[in-house]
Amino acid sequence: MTDTDMTGTDMTPALAPHAIGRDLARRDGAAKVRGTAFYADESPVENPVYCRIVASTIARGRAVSVDTGEAEGLDGVLAVLTPATAERLASTSDAELAVLQDDRVGFRGQIVGAVVAESFEVARDAAARVRVEYEVAAHDAALSADRDDLYTPDQVNPTYETDTAQGDMAAAMASAPVTLERTYTTPMLHNNPMEPHATTALWEPDRGAGALTLYDSTQGVHPVRSTVAAVLGLDEDQVRVVCPYVGGGFGSKGMPHANTVLAAMAARAVPGRPVRVALTRQQMFSLAGYRTPTIQQVQLAAQRDGALDGIAIDVVEQTSRIKEFAEQTGVPTRNMYAAPNRRTTHRLAALDVPVPSWMRAPGECPGMFGPEVALDELAAELGMDPVELRIRNEPDVDPETGKPFSTRNLVACLRRGAEQFGWPGRDPRPGVRLEGGWWIGTGVASATYPVYRMPVSTAVIGYSGGRYVARIGAADIGTGAWTVLPQIAADALGVPVQEVEVLIGDTEYPPASVAGGSSGTTTWGSALVAAAEQFRGKFGADPHEGDEIEASVPENAASERFAMHAYGAHFAEVAVHADTGEVRVPRLHGTFAAGRIVNPRLARSQLLGGMTMGLGMALMEDSVLDPRTGHVVNHDLAEYHVATNADVADLRADWVHEDDPHVNPMGSKGIGEIGIVGTAAAVANAAWHATGVRVRDLPLTLDKVLPPA
Amino acid sequence: MRPFAYQAPDDTGAAVRSVAERPDAVFLGGGTNLVDHLRLGVVSPGLLVDVTALTSTEITEVGGGLRVGAGVPNSELAADARVRSRYPVLAQALLSGASGQLRNMATTGGNPLQRTRCMYFQDVSTPCNKREPGSGCSAIGGSTRNHAVLGTSEHCIATHPSDMAVAMAALDAQVLVLGPDGERTIPFTELHRLPGDTPERDTVLEHGELITAIDLPELPMARRSRYRKVRDRASYAFALVSVAAALDVDGGVVREARIAFGGVAHAPWRARRAEEALRGATVSDESFAAAAAAELTDARPQPGVDGGNEFKIALLTRTLVATLRDLAREEA
Repeated sequence: MTDTDMTGTDMTPALAPHAIGRDLARRDGAAKVRGTAFYADESPVENPVYCRIVASTIARGRAVSVDTGEAEGLDGVLAVLTPATAERLASTSDAELAVLQDDRVGFRGQIVGAVVAESFEVARDAAARVRVEYEVAAHDAALSADRDDLYTPDQVNPTYETDTAQGDMAAAMASAPVTLERTYTTPMLHNNPMEPHATTALWEPDRGAGALTLYDSTQGVHPVRSTVAAVLGLDEDQVRVVCPYVGGGFGSKGMPHANTVLAAMAARAVPGRPVRVALTRQQMFSLAGYRTPTIQQVQLAAQRDGALDGIAIDVVEQTSRIKEFAEQTGVPTRNMYAAPNRRTTHRLAALDVPVPSWMRAPGECPGMFGPEVALDELAAELGMDPVELRIRNEPDVDPETGKPFSTRNLVACLRRGAEQFGWPGRDPRPGVRLEGGWWIGTGVASATYPVYRMPVSTAVIGYSGGRYVARIGAADIGTGAWTVLPQIAADALGVPVQEVEVLIGDTEYPPASVAGGSSGTTTWGSALVAAAEQFRGKFGADPHEGDEIEASVPENAASERFAMHAYGAHFAEVAVHADTGEVRVPRLHGTFAAGRIVNPRLARSQLLGGMTMGLGMALMEDSVLDPRTGHVVNHDLAEYHVATNADVADLRADWVHEDDPHVNPMGSKGIGEIGIVGTAAAVANAAWHATGVRVRDLPLTLDKVLPPA
Repeated sequence: MRPFAYQAPDDTGAAVRSVAERPDAVFLGGGTNLVDHLRLGVVSPGLLVDVTALTSTEITEVGGGLRVGAGVPNSELAADARVRSRYPVLAQALLSGASGQLRNMATTGGNPLQRTRCMYFQDVSTPCNKREPGSGCSAIGGSTRNHAVLGTSEHCIATHPSDMAVAMAALDAQVLVLGPDGERTIPFTELHRLPGDTPERDTVLEHGELITAIDLPELPMARRSRYRKVRDRASYAFALVSVAAALDVDGGVVREARIAFGGVAHAPWRARRAEEALRGATVSDESFAAAAAAELTDARPQPGVDGGNEFKIALLTRTLVATLRDLAREEA
C-alpha cells in the first residue's frame, strides 16, 4: 500500500494509530507452528471417550426403529443414543438443533443415532453396527426456477427486506435503448475449513456453575453458550464454552449446528467423562451448513453512454424444509450502482436437503456474480471499457436510502487496481490472444461488503503486574484477533503494544459477539476502546495493581446518518488451454478500500485467503447433490475441489488509504469476507475475454469452454 | 471399521500362503487406498498381510529393459534417471498423480491395484455393484463427470484412477505375479478387466496372488513419449482424461505409435485401434483426430445429474491430437 492515495475525508478516525497499522506477526503463530495450540478435538482433558454419529441414509421419512443390540454388545461401548433413548431437550424450536427428539428424517445425513465408546475405533465400529429401519417418504431435492411452490420468505439473512423496488423497472426495460436480461447460476458450495466441526464436552452434574464444559470449534463462544443452554434448559452460567483457536470456519462455525448439541447430550449420557465428537469430512457436507445454489435473473437497462436506467435481480434459491435460511443474494444490487429504477426479489424452494447457512460473504459473494458478469456483458454490448462502465454508474449517495456514504472508494480501487494490473490499453476484443497454446484474457469485477457492528460485546481491562490485561470472549478463527485486538487496546490506552495482552475465546470472559459479518474488529475493538477510555478516565495514566473496568460496545449514532460499506476491485488474468479448455488464473489482483488497515500483514492474509476461496468458487467448487438420494455425492476433499497451491499463481492484494471517521474509533472496516466477493465474476469475465465464450454458470470448468472435437 | 488381524511375514511365499488361506485376508502395501477404505467401511478384511518389507525395492536392468520391484515407491520410480530418459511417459504419469506425500508411500505393486474413485463405490450408504454385487449401480443416472465412456456395462461405469497404469499399459509392461501355485507373468494390458457383469473384480488376479515386480521392456521409441493429464484443478485431482503416448515418425509418416487412455474406462485403455489407424499415416492433426475417432467409435457417454460426461469425447480427441502433435514436433 502507499499512503499517497489520500482518498478519505478531511476527518480522521478518533484513535491515533501507533500500534495500529503495524505489520506485527501473529501472537499465536509460534504455538500453532509448534503444535502446542490445541483445537477442540484435542482439548486437554483426562480420560476422554468418543462419540460417533449414525446418519440417516434417506432424505425424508421416519427412522421407525433403531436396533442398537449389536453395537451395545461391543466391549467399550458406553451409551447408544437414539430417538427413543436420548434425553428430551428443553427447546426444539430450532429443528436443526432438535437432535434425536423424534423419529422424523428431514434430510439425508441427519443424525438418527450416536454411539459413545471408550475408543474412537470402537465408537466407529459400533456406529456402523447400529441398524436403522426407515419408513421412506418421497423426497424432493431438486432446485429449479420454474417450480410452482417457490415462496417468499418474511426476510432474508440476517434481517433484510425480502423484496425491494424503486421506480419502475419494467418501464425502464421497455424504454431503454440497451437492455440485457440474463440468467446466472452459482452452485451449492461447502465451507470446508481444514479443522472439522468438533467438540469436547464434559458434564459434571454436581457442579452448579460450569456443570457443562464445551471445548467447541466455534466462531463465538457466547453464542454457543446461549444456544446450548436454551436447548438443554440450563442456566447460562451452567455452561462454559472454551475455544482459543479455530482451524477455519468461514461462517460454518458461526451458528452452532447439531454436532455441538449432540456433544452436550452425549456428555450428559456419561457424566464425568469428557466426550469428543468430531464430524467426518463427509458429515460436514450434511451437518455443518453450506451456501445455497442460486439462480439469478438479472436485468440491466442502460443508455448508450453506459448510464444505467435500471438494474434488477430476481433470485431463486433453496432452503431446508426443516429450517429456513434465506441467503440475501439480491441485497448488494440495492446499493452498488446508481440507477433510478431497481428491483430485487428473493424466492425460496423448501427442499428435503440439509440446512443452508453462512458461508463467507453470504449474500454479497453469490449476489455479485450475476450482476458483475452482466455489467461485463453490457460493456461489451456498448463497446465500453468495463472499468469505465462501473465508474460511470458510481452513485453520489446510497441509491437505496439516499444517505451519504461514510466513505466510498470503489472508483479509487478500480483506478488504482487497473493501473497496477496493467489494464490501460487493454484490447477489448475477446478470443484474439493466443500465447503458447493458451487463450489469454483479462477481466474486472467490483466487490462490496457492509460494515456491521454487533450490538453486544463487553471488554474488561485490568492492570496487573505492570501490564494491561483485557478480557473479551472474542474469537480468532485464523483471522488475527489475538494480535489485532492488543494493537487496538494499546493505542486506546496510549501504551506500547508489548504491554497489552487481550485474552479471548472463553465464556469466562465478558460476552462477545460472533466472528461473523466481518464485524469482529469493529465490535470488539470498539468495546476495548470504550473500556480503555473509561479506564484512563477513572484511574488516570498511572494505575494501581488490580485496577479494572468494564465497558460495552456503544451504539454508533453515525450509522443512522451514513451508509457504510467497504469496496474492492478484482482484476484477473485467465488462460484457457487451446486444446483442452483447462482454465488457469495466472494473475489475480485485488485492491480494496476498507478503512484503516489495523495490521497489514494479517489483513493481506485475509484478503488473499478470500480471493483464493473465490478462485475455487470460480473454477472448481461444486457440491453435486444427487436429487435421487438427496446427498452431496462428492463429499470429500478429493472430489470437492478447493484451490490447491498449484492453482494459485500471482495473487496480490493491496488497498487504498481511507480515513473513515464514522465507522468506529479505529476507522476500520471488515476485511474477512470482501476478498471473495468479486473474484468469481472477474475470473468469468476474463475467461470470456480469453475465449469469447460467456460462462454464466459456475464453476467455470473446462467442458464449458471446450470447443468441439 | 471392524477390528482386523495384522501379519508381517518373513517372505513373499509366506505372505501369499497367509492370504490364500483366508478368504477375508488382503495384502497391505503402501496403504494409501486400502486404509481409506478400511475407515470408510468399503472393505472389512479380517487379516492384513503386510508386504511392504517383502517385495523388492530395486530397479534393475533386465534384457534391455528395467525390472521394477513391487516395493519401489512411486516417488523413487518417477525420479529414477533411467526411467526419466528411457520411459519419460512413466515418470510424467507418476508425477501427475496424487501428492508428494502419497507418492512416497504408494508402491509400484499397489498402484495398479487402486480401486475406483467412483464416489458411490466409496459411500457405503449407496448401492454399488462393485462393492456389493447385485445391489445396483448408483452412478448410472447420477454424478457421472468422472466416469467411463469406453467399455462400460449396465452394471458399472467406474473408471480406473491410476496414472502410472496408463503409462504401463502403453509401454507393454509385464506384471510378475507370485501365487499359491507359483509364479506367472501377465501382460499389463491384460491385468485389468472390464466390468461386464462382475464389476466386483477389478483385475484378473486370483485371491492370494501378489505382484512382485513389473518389467518394462526395451522400447527405444519410448524415449520420445509423453503423459498428458487433464483435470479439474492444476494438482491433486484424478484425470478427466489422460493420454500416454509414444510416437515413432519417419519422414512425416508414422511408423508406430503406442497409446493408452486414462480416466475413460474401468481399465487403463490401450488404444490399439488408434495405433492401427496411425500406422503409415501422415503426420497431421487430421490423422491424429481420425485415430481418436477410430478408438472412440464405440464410446458411450453417460448423462448425469452433473451434466454427464459427453465432453470427454471431444476432450479426449483434442488431448490425443495435441499430445501426438507435440511428440511429432519433438521428432522433427
